[in-house]
Amino acid sequence: MSLKKYQELALGGNIERGGTAAEFKTGDWRSLKPVYQAENCIHCLFCWAYCPDSAVHVTDGKMAGFDLDHCKGCGICAHECPGKKGAKAIVMEPEVK
Amino acid sequence: MMAGITKIDMAKTGNEAMAYAMKQINPDVVAAYPITPATEIVQIFAQYVADGEVDTEYVPVESEHSAMSACIGSSAAGARTMTGTSSQGLALMYEMCYIAAGLRLPIVMSDVNRALSAPINIHCDHSDTMGMRDAGWIHIFSENPQEAYDNMLQAVRIAEHEKVRLPVLVTTDGFIISHGMERVATLPDDEVTKFIGPFQPGTKLLDVARPITVGALNFTDFYFEHRRALVDAQAAAVPVIKAVGREFGQKYGTAYDCIEPYQLADAEYAIVALGSTCGTAKVVIDQLRATGVKAGMLKVRVFRPFPASEIAAALRGKKAVAVLDRSDVLGGFGGPVFTEVRSALYQQAGAPVLADYIYGLGGREIDMEMIGSVFAQLQDGTAKPDSVQYLGVRD
Ligand code: SF4
Ligand code: SF4
Repeated sequence: MSLKKYQELALGGNIERGGTAAEFKTGDWRSLKPVYQAENCIHCLFCWAYCPDSAVHVTDGKMAGFDLDHCKGCGICAHECPGKKGAKAIVMEPEVK
Repeated sequence: MMAGITKIDMAKTGNEAMAYAMKQINPDVVAAYPITPATEIVQIFAQYVADGEVDTEYVPVESEHSAMSACIGSSAAGARTMTGTSSQGLALMYEMCYIAAGLRLPIVMSDVNRALSAPINIHCDHSDTMGMRDAGWIHIFSENPQEAYDNMLQAVRIAEHEKVRLPVLVTTDGFIISHGMERVATLPDDEVTKFIGPFQPGTKLLDVARPITVGALNFTDFYFEHRRALVDAQAAAVPVIKAVGREFGQKYGTAYDCIEPYQLADAEYAIVALGSTCGTAKVVIDQLRATGVKAGMLKVRVFRPFPASEIAAALRGKKAVAVLDRSDVLGGFGGPVFTEVRSALYQQAGAPVLADYIYGLGGREIDMEMIGSVFAQLQDGTAKPDSVQYLGVRD
């Protein structure tokens, strides 16, 4: 991709449209990744509510996995997850084993 | 002057003249911290707000840093925004001043040039505004309360011009102008409204139909380009400053430019100065001329964008020139005006002998005798090329 010349940039470095944060992949420096254990999930959606990067997918009101392009691996979802009978539905695993 | 415009003479200090200009500009927002170290400008303006004489949303913040932060938010939202400060207050704003320029926000700020601590001092010195000469602001000096008033009105036009969109700093000299009362010819309110025109913001953060991001992160891939664009904006300001100054002259009788030569065309010996000292120097030059000395002056009204080529052309062929600097660059090679003028003259064939005189720090008096002594040193050769001297210090 060829980047714009300085004369072509918007005034003051403004980004002149909305929703562009989705284009910035915040997940590429993650060291831990959340792994979903569907059998322990009660679909409370705490993970969705707490995730600071909107990286939890929800379909029809149910937890539906992670957006790993944007998940930064902070582990908040795993920490908050109540799971089922003491077994978490999200566990954090190292990116590189 | 155009027919039908009757100026109204008033007795005003520099501070009152600037506050009165702000009242007539009637900005959407003023965010300020109106106690010391700022001078009275925003305090007087606050009275206009309290008396219902302006429509301005006045935001009394808790520090100068917050004042400029609030101005940035307000200007980015699309409001015509002004503030004022001085000395340490400006120093506290520095961080945000760079951001205001980088985001291309046309904020207009009045500043009364005063010394920086330590030691604590409250008097005239250009160190405060020279400390932000690299911040990206347009930087205009005033010689007296009249110019302070005129410069404030022009600053709005310059800042908001679509090719410029940069913040503008208009300065006076602490106490000498800020508290010195003179006759100021003011324009009628409706004439000011007409002259400045309605605000057309370049950035409108509150336009919900067209969402934008202001202040996004730039890494190695974009930062350089955005800074480079600022250089062009400064350059683009030169013709705008000139055009606005010309128009002001056509309409109201006094034209303005980036530099003002005084008896300079045929001068052999000249000084370069800013602000109130120029008024004193004009009297000295008149006296020297009466005795046959070809003395002259180049007044620098606009320090940013620095009018380098105009200065070089105006000083061409002079025998010797003294730069009067009311601030120092500690550990550098002369004061800020000297280093820039010297750069402007470098490579010019037949460049004059150029000497720097740092004077008036912390409000130390500069009088006609001292300016006369500078001219004497230029004539008898004791002003050595590239010398930096301290005028009026006990040594
Ligand atoms: S917090 Fe845990 S249990 Fe609740 S929806 Fe998310 S993964 Fe399922
Ligand atoms: S690890 Fe952090 S960023 Fe990733 S999904 Fe969980 S809460 Fe969101």
